[in-house]
Amino acid sequence: MPKLFTGAEIVFKSLEDQGVEFIFGYPGGAVLPIYDELKHHKSIKHILARHEQGAGHAAEGYARSSGKPGVVLVTSGPGATNVVTALTDAYMDSVPIVCISGQVPTHLIGTDAFQECDTTGITRPCTKHNWLVKDVKDLAKTIHKAFEVATTGRPGPVLVDIPKDIQFNKFSYFKIKKQKKLNGKSHNHYSQKEIDELIKLITKSKKPIIYSGGGVINSGSEASQLLRELVDATGFPITSTLQGLGAYPGEDNQFLGMLGMHGTYEANNAMHGCDLMINIGARFDDRITGKIDEFSPKSKKVHIDIDPSSINKNVKVDLAIVGDVASVLKNTIKVLKKQNPNFSKSNKSNISKWWEQIQKWRSVNSLGYINSEESIKPQYAVQRLYELTKNKDTFITTEVGQHQMWAAQHYKFDKPNRWMTSGGLGTMGYGLPAAIGVQIANPKKLVIDIAGEASVLMTMQEMSTAVQYSLPIKIFILNNEYMGMVRQWQELLHDKNYSESYTAALPDFVKLAEAYGCVGIRAKTPEELDDKIIEMINTDRPVIFDCLVDKVENCFPMIPSGKPHNQMILGPKDQEENKITGKGKSLV
Amino acid sequence: MSKARSAYSISNKKEKFDTHIIVVWVDNEAGVLARIAGLFSGRGYNIESLAVAEVDKKLNISRITIVTTGTPQVINQIRLQLKKLVPVHNVADFKREDRQVIFKEMALLKIVGKNGSREKALKACKKFNPVILDKTNKSYVIQITALRREIDKMIVDLKKFGLVSVSRTGAVAMTRGSEIFK
Repeated sequence: MPKLFTGAEIVFKSLEDQGVEFIFGYPGGAVLPIYDELKHHKSIKHILARHEQGAGHAAEGYARSSGKPGVVLVTSGPGATNVVTALTDAYMDSVPIVCISGQVPTHLIGTDAFQECDTTGITRPCTKHNWLVKDVKDLAKTIHKAFEVATTGRPGPVLVDIPKDIQFNKFSYFKIKKQKKLNGKSHNHYSQKEIDELIKLITKSKKPIIYSGGGVINSGSEASQLLRELVDATGFPITSTLQGLGAYPGEDNQFLGMLGMHGTYEANNAMHGCDLMINIGARFDDRITGKIDEFSPKSKKVHIDIDPSSINKNVKVDLAIVGDVASVLKNTIKVLKKQNPNFSKSNKSNISKWWEQIQKWRSVNSLGYINSEESIKPQYAVQRLYELTKNKDTFITTEVGQHQMWAAQHYKFDKPNRWMTSGGLGTMGYGLPAAIGVQIANPKKLVIDIAGEASVLMTMQEMSTAVQYSLPIKIFILNNEYMGMVRQWQELLHDKNYSESYTAALPDFVKLAEAYGCVGIRAKTPEELDDKIIEMINTDRPVIFDCLVDKVENCFPMIPSGKPHNQMILGPKDQEENKITGKGKSLV
Repeated sequence: MSKARSAYSISNKKEKFDTHIIVVWVDNEAGVLARIAGLFSGRGYNIESLAVAEVDKKLNISRITIVTTGTPQVINQIRLQLKKLVPVHNVADFKREDRQVIFKEMALLKIVGKNGSREKALKACKKFNPVILDKTNKSYVIQITALRREIDKMIVDLKKFGLVSVSRTGAVAMTRGSEIFK
């Protein structure tokens, strides 16, 4: 007779077998047996959040900066509903999360018991898959399957709901061999013929562009390396989505900056005017494409993606290559180098005119802004932060809004997994807890949350977590007292009716920092900014940095609504002449 | 609000809608139907009819037949999104016009009335393999199998013969000849 273990023990044995080191969670009635068991498993450390959403985002930050799945443990009812935002966020941005939730005992399910909710029902549309474990015999198998589903193919969140009686029930535990075989939903589906077709397009193109996304990061560090090789081997210009930043070095000359609604002039115009677009691990999101009918009208479009349902979802493509980015790139580079070892040199004249055109667009300097000596411009703050931290291996998280776009525009990343932002769901309050997860995964590194004062208040309670575990995260708040992006849209789209976008009665962030037991720093003028940033970097404790910035600065460039890529608003001057008209105004 | 505006773009493209039959093989487990139905409602797809039952007890497999309408792009998305679901084993999809595929719906019709009109009702059903499942001196329960539009028409036509209640299934489908769905 094999040894019997309780469900709670089986949970930990499974987690140990999966190599889990950290759990982000919050206890409650329906998970108490699991929490009771925690003390017997020294290899797993529990990080106590202050709200389940915070635990979820922390797990996301952990996963995105380490490449390993994040694990969340929450109780039934409100514990589960609180984590829904984080799960949805992870689902939209393809982050591997395994969430374990407690549930009321099986005999009480369906009786509206205390802290009961239909957790699997609620989380069904925001997870890759979820399970309600009704028999302890299935528990280990289910947890292992959960890790497999979360981490294979296009990664994403999963949830395992475990009723309290199952946590007490006993069954034997068998080690499950980690299978290399994938679950049949994540294989490379491409053929050599498709690679050859891609090579043909590459050699023929006169106006090519590579458009890379978060899929390159998710595919692993090898993929980022291969992307660099491909760009080098072709001599093609490259642009990146918000999530793809860092896969290719931000300061490299072939990099045109981010594209999309707040992307650079050169990147968006190159997307519009190209004759070959190679999408590598991105998904033609509506913030990228702008007006879909006029999106890159004259190009052949190639889409490399591991998720077959991403192909032709928003934009019809001419060549689809379904597979893991690293595998496809490796193959492509191999064939290209075999056919033409000096392609980038021999092809130079073929695309030189295109590069000239790109340089012209570049000279517009679309990220430029009018600096000030009196007030800190938010762009200037991000630039100074970049200059003063670029020699360290810095990890940046953000909240959502103007500050997020300024960070994406002005902070240059040269490594993958250094940039954690909520892109798909756009979750305000993501950055602070995410920074906690990033710091857990990277203990000695500098981790900064570039934040807005409105966003950061949504999950501010997690500062307490940072202090408890001595996590020296830096919360760099660009404080303009407005929900800046809301204010900007109201200015541009709603006749400057700033309805409810000003936050009166903000807390004193320096005192708030002190109340949490961390360090508060405030910068008011451009003159003192550098010194204060250096002070922040040198503080080996959590810091809330209250950077008082220009209150009405807008984020440019911008593709206004209803417009294609080649009709951007560039800056304060251009804006007057380029009012949003026609369809852009009449939308829902 | 005087002028509604947005940062989302809209498309004015009007594309032709096709009717498709989608067949899905799934693990017969709790919640699987909710996953399928939730995928359709969550992504704004349309379900015209749905038929589901276990077809392999040993392997625990259910077969779901869904009639849906959409543009070619939407139909393609439905197929690919369904394939991503963990309990889904296979998805087949074909156009309603496809001659290689048979599809049928079943209806139970309760006719109450005089013998004469009940017989007329039965006669009207002749083309659709009518079977009398229950018979009293006042009523018939007739089973017919036919296409959706044929059943629609029968329901209208039989009103005058005393049709009081209708129960009908979604479509089920199968390929003609020795071929099976792959």
